[in-house]
Parts: sequence; C-alpha cells; structure tokens
Amino acid sequence: MTLVNEPIDKSVVRKKYCRFKKSGIKYIDYKNPDFLLKLVNEQGKILPRRLTGTSLKFQRKVATAIKRARHLALMPYVADGLK
Amino acid sequence: MKAVHLQSNFKKSIYIMELRNYETVFILTPVLSEQQTKDTVEKFKKILTDNNAEIVNEDAWGIRKLAYPIQNKQTGYYYIIEFKAEGTLIAKLELEYKRDEKVIRFLTTVLDKHSIAYNERKQKGLIGKKPAEAKAE
Repeated sequence: MTLVNEPIDKSVVRKKYCRFKKSGIKYIDYKNPDFLLKLVNEQGKILPRRLTGTSLKFQRKVATAIKRARHLALMPYVADGLK
Repeated sequence: MKAVHLQSNFKKSIYIMELRNYETVFILTPVLSEQQTKDTVEKFKKILTDNNAEIVNEDAWGIRKLAYPIQNKQTGYYYIIEFKAEGTLIAKLELEYKRDEKVIRFLTTVLDKHSIAYNERKQKGLIGKKPAEAKAE
C-alpha cells in the first residue's frame, strides 16, 4: 500500500441514474410501502439523492410519499433493522 | 380554490366551483364489530354523496398491521375512497373524521393527472406490468 491515493478503475464506477426518469414512473404511490422501503435506510430514514441518484423532481415526490405513508402507519417513523 | 369567471362585467358574475379529484384514506379502530365497521364506512360515504360528490372508486384493505402503535392499537381497518368533489367538502369531511372516535387516522389528498392515470391503471390491474416494472420489483 502506498501513501498516494490509488486511481479508481473508471470502468467499474457506474454512473448513477434516476430510476423514475429511466422507467417512466410519473406518480409515486404512498400506499405502496414495499416499494418505498427501497428508498429508506434500515432506520427508516429517507436516503439522500447522493446515494440513490434520484433527480430532484422525484426526490421531492419520494419525500412526500414516504411522509404520507408514515402518517398512515404504513411505514415506521423510527425503526431498527428494517432490512 | 379556482373559480371560473363566466360573465362580462355588466351582468352579475357567476362563479362555478371546479370539481377536483381527491383520495381519502381512513383507519378505524380494530375493536369494532363487523356491523359497526360497515355502518361507519357507510356514514362517511353518505357524507360524500349527500354533498354532491361522485365516488370514483373505493377499496377496503381491511384489518392491517400498523407500523407503530396508535392509541395502543397494533392493527387498524383501512378504507380508501376516491371521489370527485368541490373543495369546500373536504373541510366538512375532515371535521366528521375528527368528531368520530372510531377513526384513528385519516388522510385526504388531491390527485393530479399522473395519480389519476396511475389509479386507473391500478384498477385494471396493470400496475406491476410492463411500464411500471421497476415499481413492482
């Protein structure tokens, strides 16, 4: 191991993309907790765009959908070991 | 609320309320008997129909486990109604929800064109098929 940062193999690094734009989903249903579960971490927190690659437009919709699902007790506000 | 201006200035202006699409979900306590649950659902549907709302679709999920306890209850009876109505009805409906002790949670949302299309496809059982494949997985 050297002290210099090793170059990253660019072919391995895959570009992130917005899954909603790509698959043409226009509406995120708050009544579908199984799908929304993919967009939260194991504590039930909403994953940032930086990790999921979701575009800003859809990240806002994701956030409202998750908050609505939490209100209706379809998803937890706080959890431990969701995944 | 949007009002449509119909007449020119020399006649008394007439305003027509615009109908919008809404979706309402409410959760009833699980301690009710089957008849009581039915009656409560009917009561809220009656409030809608008495106020000139048009029920588009309804869905009874039935008893479902809650993600966290509400009023020390672990389960709840979910009921979803989609309807077309004037905006003034929503306040009346939500007031009735608040007055009724049997309702432990409720949520009313406006549907935009995308969600209306989504709900129509869902009704036909198309969700999870080709265009929304990522959603189903």
